[in-house]
Amino acid sequence: MTGEDLVSVIMSIEARAKPREKCAMPSAMIPVDALPGFMRSMRDDPRLSFDMLCTHTAVDWLGENRFELVYVLYSTKHRHYVTVSTSIPRDKPEASSVSSIWRIAEWQEREVYDLMGVLYSGHPDLRRMFLEDDWVGFPLRKDYKDTFMLGLPE
Amino acid sequence: MDHVPGGSFCVTSVDGIINWAHANSLWPLTFGTACCAIEVMMAAGASRHDLARFGAEVARPSPRQADLLVVAGTVVKRLAPRLRTLYEQMAEPRYVIATGSCAISGGPFMYNSYSTVRGADQIIPVDVYVPGCPPRPEAFLYGLLTLQKLIKEGESIRRPYVRRKPVLSVLPAGMTADQIRSELAALLTRDSTVDLSGEYVQNVQAGGSKQ
Repeated sequence: MTGEDLVSVIMSIEARAKPREKCAMPSAMIPVDALPGFMRSMRDDPRLSFDMLCTHTAVDWLGENRFELVYVLYSTKHRHYVTVSTSIPRDKPEASSVSSIWRIAEWQEREVYDLMGVLYSGHPDLRRMFLEDDWVGFPLRKDYKDTFMLGLPE
Repeated sequence: MDHVPGGSFCVTSVDGIINWAHANSLWPLTFGTACCAIEVMMAAGASRHDLARFGAEVARPSPRQADLLVVAGTVVKRLAPRLRTLYEQMAEPRYVIATGSCAISGGPFMYNSYSTVRGADQIIPVDVYVPGCPPRPEAFLYGLLTLQKLIKEGESIRRPYVRRKPVLSVLPAGMTADQIRSELAALLTRDSTVDLSGEYVQNVQAGGSKQ
């Protein structure tokens, strides 16, 4: 299946999805409330059958006041990739977990929670992963500050 | 170490013997956290550079059996208590070499990092610093040599824990690997041969001592 076909199948599943240009792999932007149902049909649709979540990460767009959640999916059956991304507001960073669809998402969402502070509803065990349990703040946010960090000299 | 000419006796101080033994049987703890470990612990230990020539090839996975802690790589906040524990678990006398920019000052992660400790010396006392990012195995061998010199001239059994100040072991500019090798070879030869020729006799006749 070519990239255009893939995007058109995605559009037929979710009408509000916006294909993105100038990406290395076929990619689409979806609204956050469509996330769980859309992801489940991405896995279960026989034309797509994305059975593997390669990467889940988040981008902090400080100027636009939003987080962008990025999911890179792969199909071991059809051998094609797709990037799905969604935006959530920065002051209310909540999204529904996809860990019931791909179990690996449990770890990847924990990592994003640990460093970016995105809260996933429906995640079975959302707690710190790399940092200490008593850590305050989320260090990969662009506006993160603490007393330990050393600023660049003038 | 002084040798009595013509006889089978060797006159030295207990300190001298102990320090000589310490310096030539440094057992490093396998502690690599970043790219420095590839150069310093793996390449330096492999056959081309061959750490075994200096008695330091017995890398131990347990701090109880090691007496040289080579901090090879970045130390992050979460690792700091564990590094301290490893250091405390090592038996005295123990020595620490910090290799690479990260272990010396935090290196590329010095500024704007929420996690990197700015230098291993904030956690444990360091004896020798080996600069480089990462240092080549020759640089590490030079650092090891510096530590050996430090040990031989340093700690006394009468005053334990009294040591020289930490030193920065920078390779002199323009020094080549061959020169390091020949210097190492010369030191090894000097340490392992008993010189019964004129120098000592002349010293005795002149009424002076080598020390």
